[in-house]
Amino acid sequence: MSELLELADRVVAQAKPGEQVEAFVSRGGDTEVRVYQGEVEHFVAAQSEGIGIRVISGGRTGFAYAGTLADDAVAEVLAEARDNVAFGEPDEWAGLAEPDGVEATDQELWNDALAAYPTERKIELAKQLEQLTLAADSRVRIDDSNYADAYGEAAVATTTGIRRWGRENGCYVSVSTLADDDGDTQTGFGFGVARQPDQIDVARAAKEAAERATRLLGATKPASQRVTVVLDPFVTAQFLSIIASTLNGEAVVKGRSLFRDRLGDAIASPLVTLVDDPTNPLAYTATDVDGEGLAARRNVLIGDGVLQRFTHNAYSARRAGTVSSGNAVRGGFAGTPGVGALALQLVPGTRSQAELIAEVGDGLLVQSVQGIHSGVNAVSGDFSTGAAGLMIRDGQVAEPVREFTIASTLQRMLLDVVAIGGDVDWLPMRAAGVSLVVSGVTLSGK
Amino acid sequence: MADTHLDADSDVMLIDPDVLERTLQVALGSGAEFAEVYAEDKRSTSAGLDDGRIEQVNSGRDRGAGIRVIKGDTTGFAHTSDLTPAGLAEAAQAAAAAASAGGAAARTVALTRAEQRVVNAIDRHPGDVPKAAKVELLQRINAAARAAGPQIVQVSAGYADTRKRVLVANSDGVLATDDITRVLVRVSAVADGDTGMQTGYQTLGHTIGWEVFDQHDIEELAREAARQATVKLKARPAPSGAMPVVIQRGTGGVLFHEACGHGLEADLVAKGASVYAGKVGELVANPLVTLVDDGSMGGEWGTVAIDDEGHPTQRNVLIENGVLTDYMWDHLRARKEGRRPSGNGRRQSYMHLPMVRMTNTFVLDGPDDPADIVASTDHGVYIAQLGGGSVNTASGDFVFGMTEAYLIEHGEITEPLREGNLIGNGPKVLEQIDMLGNDFAMGMPGTCGKDGQGVPVGDGQPTLRVESLTVGGTAS
Repeated sequence: MSELLELADRVVAQAKPGEQVEAFVSRGGDTEVRVYQGEVEHFVAAQSEGIGIRVISGGRTGFAYAGTLADDAVAEVLAEARDNVAFGEPDEWAGLAEPDGVEATDQELWNDALAAYPTERKIELAKQLEQLTLAADSRVRIDDSNYADAYGEAAVATTTGIRRWGRENGCYVSVSTLADDDGDTQTGFGFGVARQPDQIDVARAAKEAAERATRLLGATKPASQRVTVVLDPFVTAQFLSIIASTLNGEAVVKGRSLFRDRLGDAIASPLVTLVDDPTNPLAYTATDVDGEGLAARRNVLIGDGVLQRFTHNAYSARRAGTVSSGNAVRGGFAGTPGVGALALQLVPGTRSQAELIAEVGDGLLVQSVQGIHSGVNAVSGDFSTGAAGLMIRDGQVAEPVREFTIASTLQRMLLDVVAIGGDVDWLPMRAAGVSLVVSGVTLSGK
Repeated sequence: MADTHLDADSDVMLIDPDVLERTLQVALGSGAEFAEVYAEDKRSTSAGLDDGRIEQVNSGRDRGAGIRVIKGDTTGFAHTSDLTPAGLAEAAQAAAAAASAGGAAARTVALTRAEQRVVNAIDRHPGDVPKAAKVELLQRINAAARAAGPQIVQVSAGYADTRKRVLVANSDGVLATDDITRVLVRVSAVADGDTGMQTGYQTLGHTIGWEVFDQHDIEELAREAARQATVKLKARPAPSGAMPVVIQRGTGGVLFHEACGHGLEADLVAKGASVYAGKVGELVANPLVTLVDDGSMGGEWGTVAIDDEGHPTQRNVLIENGVLTDYMWDHLRARKEGRRPSGNGRRQSYMHLPMVRMTNTFVLDGPDDPADIVASTDHGVYIAQLGGGSVNTASGDFVFGMTEAYLIEHGEITEPLREGNLIGNGPKVLEQIDMLGNDFAMGMPGTCGKDGQGVPVGDGQPTLRVESLTVGGTAS
């Protein structure tokens, strides 16, 4: 029995009649090693713990948290959460999640080999990554080379009968590169993710980081034009995360989703099947339960271009007259659960990126985008970001280009998908990457 | 009373000086050159309104210490939420081990307490204000935004206050404290029309107390968000391509933050990851431009009495009449270069390592009448509100979003435009600022992200024109 679950139980047991109480307790730590020019630049060994308590009474919700598990702090958090209830306004749909009988998929989220991995070897990995990256191309310098791992355990218990405890750990390496040639400097990055350090493909991270920076050397500003773009897997993953925010059940019930009235409609090219599947062990964010303690599950959001479902937590589901899709997301003990996709993936095609480029003939390979947070509005659908990449001419990648934007609308881009690659890349984020071809995008340059 | 809460030392001294000295000794013990304890105790209250109702009031408490040890070129760091002598000693040992310290002679530390500096006197601590008053504020915002017009279909609003007591002690003998109070309000409105939905967004944030609401009209803020959303219902696609861009006062500071601010951070400069490396003394901008970073500016969002390494914040002139005068410095970089830090060592919390960060970054007034700037622009874009931005400091390419913008035709502001990003290259854009107004204003509060850490920052500028920026719309 976990100490954290016992603590959560003790809090829940203090519920007064008519009160719903949820306690979320977590503890974790991480290691971060940064190497620069063969030396450890910094080594961070961090630990944190805390508790968040939600109290609902008469349709009113109050919340409080503390970044400690000291007994007096826990008592204060419960008292504060209770005090805060009085200031919420009654909401007929307010309430905690309730057990729904869906079994959690067994996942191996904890790796003993990682937990026991010696510090010196972590440092070695970051050094090795730096060396391999430098060796890949003489024009390359390193900004930083990193090894990071994290572990955490969390428990959630409620008066409605939810009781969950779990723990997980993970690790990754990342490297930021600079490449110089003839007064021009460009940047790149590479990373590798695995359940345990020995499985990280350090060589691939090094090669990608060197390539990303060097292939942009000599890039110029392209002429404005309408183009077909091939999004690199990392860019597609960022695009999918924005699409997911338009399918967020909370945005739907509050009238903020541009697809709110479109269930059952074709909103995308028939090639598009978008799945949220945290039960896939290959996903970096794979999990057995969601932020409210319900089983995480596979949900088809868009099937063959048709909008099939929105993501919901207990609240948005109740309000929409449906059941939770197991999509409560929680940013730790300091907040209440929202709604969001857990592990997005486009069902892949079969072709390589090179084959897609050959088919496109003339277009643009987008290697990176900049300013997704500032130039994309998920409510209106306007999409505009800075970008860098390579022009595609006669079915091959040609000259590098930078300092331009690509723009369309989210609605159009989904419909304008003309191909999906087979090159799935599991990235350290909530969406997997894959090469994606979209037509009719406006490139703004000279 | 301004001084009710700046009372006894016991209140601001989160850790006893004797314990601090012992902790630093443990951290240094094995021959490190530098050790530091950063402790904070933060209390926060927030409230959210959405869809016409107060959804929730939240309270939070974060308390802990981060310990940093520097040995040679290596920094070791550990943190703890346990502020007892034993908890601190354990973290100090972890930090020392992380810096891979060997076994050299022990050093003792004698701390000298610096007097707590008050850059913002707080009239009324938000912690003393009833929660009901905070909730009522949001209800007023909601009512004002919805009353602005029938097109407004949704409103969300948030309130947050924090009070953070900070203590920094290091092996150089520094012992400094701060007591920081911040209040923030945000409002977002959605308007619906034949062309779909549009959004408007406004924030108000200051490093002062509840008196901020005596100085600012919260309902006006709500109406402004509603107006923005409504105006954009008539917006047409933004143009695509390079053209002159005029940026309204008090909204374009983020342009400088991205175009050159980050590139003037000494850590990036030292790694050769900035286009401004090696350019001190050179003309890097149009001579109209004087750029300042000032963390001591009263009441602004990026204001603190001391930085997160215990150094007093100050006014730093970065670019003077177009000439690059200096970079921004933290302890680590300043120590390497044998100079004084500039008060720019900041961190998100006790769980984070400090690094070089901006505070309040702004451009001083120029000579031009703002009306003339628009009138002398034949064709271009007028930006009434910028969104966020980001920069690649190595290439200098940066983007920023326009959340409210208009076409300029024949010297007049005409039709509203849909949202999008603009892109430019920092060094080129600084040269191409060809008109600078005389109507300086600070902008909305911001959060600057770097290496995964967010810190509050302010910015400001007069109305200005950039001869050529690339506007990333879809219209030809």
